[in-house]
Amino acid sequence: MAKKLPSTDVVVVGLGWAGSIIANELADENLKIIGFERGPWRDTAADFNIASAADELRYSRRQELMLRTRQNTTTIRNSVTETALPMRAWGSFHPGNGTGGAGNHWAGITFRFQPHEFHLATHLKERYGKELSPELTLQDWGTDWEEMEPFYTKFDRLAGVSGKAGNIKGVIQEGGNTFEGARSEEYPNPPTKQTYAPTLFAEAAKNLGYKPFPVPSALVSQPYVNSLGVAMGPCTYCGFCTNYGCANYSKASAITTVLPVLIRKPNFTAMTNCEVLRVTMDGSGKRATGIVYMDANGEEWEQPAELVVISAFIFENVRLMLLSGVGQPYDPVTNTGTTGRNYAYQTANSVRMFFDDKNFNPFIGGGAIGMGIDEFNNDNFDHSGLGFVGGGSTRVTPIGAAPIDSRPLPPGTPAWGSEWKKATVKNYASTMSIGCEASSYATRTNYLSLDPTYKDPLGRPLLRITFDFPENDRKMAAYVTGKVGEIAKSMNPRQMVPSAQTGHWNSSPYQSSHIVGGFIMGADPKNSSVNKYLQVWGVPNLFVVGSSAFPQNPGYNPTGTVAALAFKAADAIRTRYLKRPGEMITL
Amino acid sequence: MSVSGKDAGCAVFIDRQLAGEYGTFSRLYMQGPFEKGTPMQGDQSQFVPRDRYRLGLAGLEAYCQKQFQKGFAALAPEEQDKVLVGLEKGEIALDGIDAKLFFQQILGNTMEGFFADPVYGGNRDMVSWKMIGFPGARYDYREYIGLHNQKLDLVPLSIIGSSAWTKKG
Amino acid sequence: MKTLLTVCAGVIGLSFSIAHAATGADSYNIVEKGRYLATVGDCTACHTMPGKPLFSGGVILDTPFGKLAGANITPDPVNGIGRWSFEDFQNAMSKGHGLDGKRLYGAMPFTAYTKVLREDNLAIFAYLKTVDPVDNKVETNQLPFPFNVRTSLIGWNLINFKEGEFKANPQKSEQWNRGAYLVEGLGHCGTCHTPKNLIGGDKNDQFLTGANLQNWVAPNITSTGHDGLGAWSEDDIVKYLKTGANRFDIASGPMAEEVEHSSQHWTDQDLMAVAVYLKDGAKPVEAAKPVAATDASMVAGKAIYADRCSACHTPNGEGAPNLFPKLAMAPLINSNDPSSLIRVVLAGSRAGATDAAPTAPAMPAFGWNLSDDNVADVLTYVRNTWGNAAPAVSSASVKDVREALRAK
Repeated sequence: MAKKLPSTDVVVVGLGWAGSIIANELADENLKIIGFERGPWRDTAADFNIASAADELRYSRRQELMLRTRQNTTTIRNSVTETALPMRAWGSFHPGNGTGGAGNHWAGITFRFQPHEFHLATHLKERYGKELSPELTLQDWGTDWEEMEPFYTKFDRLAGVSGKAGNIKGVIQEGGNTFEGARSEEYPNPPTKQTYAPTLFAEAAKNLGYKPFPVPSALVSQPYVNSLGVAMGPCTYCGFCTNYGCANYSKASAITTVLPVLIRKPNFTAMTNCEVLRVTMDGSGKRATGIVYMDANGEEWEQPAELVVISAFIFENVRLMLLSGVGQPYDPVTNTGTTGRNYAYQTANSVRMFFDDKNFNPFIGGGAIGMGIDEFNNDNFDHSGLGFVGGGSTRVTPIGAAPIDSRPLPPGTPAWGSEWKKATVKNYASTMSIGCEASSYATRTNYLSLDPTYKDPLGRPLLRITFDFPENDRKMAAYVTGKVGEIAKSMNPRQMVPSAQTGHWNSSPYQSSHIVGGFIMGADPKNSSVNKYLQVWGVPNLFVVGSSAFPQNPGYNPTGTVAALAFKAADAIRTRYLKRPGEMITL
Repeated sequence: MSVSGKDAGCAVFIDRQLAGEYGTFSRLYMQGPFEKGTPMQGDQSQFVPRDRYRLGLAGLEAYCQKQFQKGFAALAPEEQDKVLVGLEKGEIALDGIDAKLFFQQILGNTMEGFFADPVYGGNRDMVSWKMIGFPGARYDYREYIGLHNQKLDLVPLSIIGSSAWTKKG
Repeated sequence: MKTLLTVCAGVIGLSFSIAHAATGADSYNIVEKGRYLATVGDCTACHTMPGKPLFSGGVILDTPFGKLAGANITPDPVNGIGRWSFEDFQNAMSKGHGLDGKRLYGAMPFTAYTKVLREDNLAIFAYLKTVDPVDNKVETNQLPFPFNVRTSLIGWNLINFKEGEFKANPQKSEQWNRGAYLVEGLGHCGTCHTPKNLIGGDKNDQFLTGANLQNWVAPNITSTGHDGLGAWSEDDIVKYLKTGANRFDIASGPMAEEVEHSSQHWTDQDLMAVAVYLKDGAKPVEAAKPVAATDASMVAGKAIYADRCSACHTPNGEGAPNLFPKLAMAPLINSNDPSSLIRVVLAGSRAGATDAAPTAPAMPAFGWNLSDDNVADVLTYVRNTWGNAAPAVSSASVKDVREALRAK
């Protein structure tokens, strides 16, 4: 039986990017805030000691920073005709754990979504009408670029994003991404340096008439004191980036940008190693009354609160809503319900190139260090007659080449033996890859639900993912990979190996942690779960913030938008909700 | 070209790994029921690495005794290779464990041991890193990032340290 | 004559009012003045246990002679100073006497506080009387025999203590005098920064030239060129004391606590007065000759630096402001006594945080990763590169610090 604690003003569940940003914003409103985190408190010098941080076995293979699947995982299947089985080891994606969450081990690529993204359904219907595949359940977000832009800027300043703007107040800037929405200001830091592979790619792209730009990087390019007064160090291009914690305070994450300030505020308490079991609701189902959690000793506590914010990463956001009975669970057969619908992913493609005459020093780099082009992304090109919509962000971002995983070999090379050894040595430093991280559009049959069979260690059902790449996205993948192939070909490699996502979703090999949807935002509670302030329809004191709010995913990394939504929700709470608690959008 | 996996310490590596959390998959979700699943649903085996080695090695020994009247270690190198290829392709069946699963387990751990930091027991003297030109656990490439298309010849560094740290004279 | 007298009186009166802030008879003003002065004196450092009520005592002070505990100075009538009169308090501050003439150990820095003007003590005492009384009994004397015999302090005081209020130096500016008053009095900087004699008293002729306390070096803060504050400007000093960080360094260890509890709250005026005082008498110092770069230790040290240190402190020792201390031409790096440097390399160090500089970054620990030789070599390299020049560090001294840290 959970013991009841004295009430608090605000409970925030999850202390990754979203939770830390919201907690910090609300802490300035003199509210008593308790932040819950199922993992440990993370600290750069204690946890990412430079002498032991560069350890591929520990961080990349044994996935030390990630959520342990033993503590929580998802079950997966491609369609409703299959039985979902647990993801026993993370493959396709890498959820985080501890304060900072996945923000500690992410790559740092920080794009903004484009203006038309926020009314994608309307925009694509207008442009392509009947050509749009009926399998897609595209939806508008219920907000727009003008509302989002100031919050994107807030995150840029918080994280010290390093890049070159392509559009400042409507004026196109050379050297930046000309496809981006008009920004109010330049990036807070200049672009990072580049290694050989992205430089070569940018040249080739330029020769083909494209406009390359530096990938916007939350691995800061120079010493930076952020908008909260927290100091960050310059990226050293160490090549132990994605999957690893950063030892020199260069990778923006909640632990390097927000938590140092938040933890000094006397009205904020962090409860780490505490698993939130469910949100408690009153009898009417219209009010959240707090949460129940289990502490590190296995004891259950009830923490009543006036305001509950769920920011626990998309999976746990949706699972907590299902476990707590918030919103009607989505049923793909009857097409009823909202909790769990419009689940989408990221469609990862690449073209690998083997050279004889080049040395890329692939071990130098970082998750967001590279050059990109946007000509084949989203709706940046005319899709008339192509038979699909969407596209991808094309980029060369050498993240490092730690050799347990980074040993590129031409197809057909034996996996062991003397041939293997020769090919490994030959190709290690002379191979590069162009990636195309592409859109993932929601369908009626891709959704999240509770698993009927498999449970977590506390006896609660795991979240079940039913997902496969829709026909639209597979066609799109083939097309954009073809385009990337053209660029690759112009660089004259000895051999080119394209890899387009045209098959089933395979949960084993790593693709992307950009998972979205399941508790989406929108203008209509009939087909969305939260309004444009991330406030749950019908439960005004409950907010669910994260990529769970995205109705579908464009060809961009999601973190910048997750953080902007967190700032947006916090702003709405501060300027509207606290003055007049209740539904902020009435229909 | 370089030393063999065994000389590089891979056996020591595997031994140590099996003794730790990896050996029992203590971080992984190992609740049943265990079903085979589709090729898209990943490794669903109920066997943890310690079991895989135990069952696999026993099964391999039994197979070799049956086929060749000798244990695996006593086979000539070409015969050993043939057996390994057979396991890899699933053309050989082992009692007690799927041959391909067993083979991938060994291959995966051997590669880990060969290429991981020497602090784990394998990759002695950073031999594999020297072989491919990987400078190891370095953390500051700012002085080198602009040197495009140039071989850097950096002394490799491990968590343990580097030969460059030893005072000369 | 009369005009001259009047002018003199006016000047002295003026200097008093500038030096000692508002002196209203209004009790609110006096208490607020006392609160500020108590912050300047950092009473809380010894008299408030972290997490416990203000001034309720119990902080253990590790001295070379054994342990002492800071007293309960809340106005509790039984276990605090509730029964003290102002004269009792004045005696404590100016003479080092407790109630009934009991002598205080020099860990209560009365050798510095003796300089505090009576009227400032009045304000501090008025403030202390407003603090919540806490019934916490503290055994202050935890020294082993024979040090626990207080009468031995008679001799100690004879050697080490000169009673008397601060006397302004008429040849110096008001600002300088204010700075002197703060540094030599309530600020009690010499308690850490002045080398100690065998019985733990200050070596007054070497005032502020640096001391080693439990393997933290409180560096030379006189303005000599090489290892003192010669390279720091007045603004550097103010910024460091106010925010805990400047372009050279971030406060860590005991100084981080000092900044957090005390100097980050001082007025800008007072901080600048301290800076002016400390920078007075700056003399250019002839650069020492660095250890040769070809020396075996330097060559090994250079490699270790590139592999373990450069990523934060940068290849040329510049660091990053408010984050990674600057090593090039940094006074602490050039100090004769490398104990602090050895300590932070072995055990790491967390920088202090202030509202102005909240990051609290930490240097990770390398004791598990670097041998005594490695630490000695890399410190020798750092101390003799980029314009630095200081004695090489020996493996033996690294071993000593390592053992001292283990013993804690």
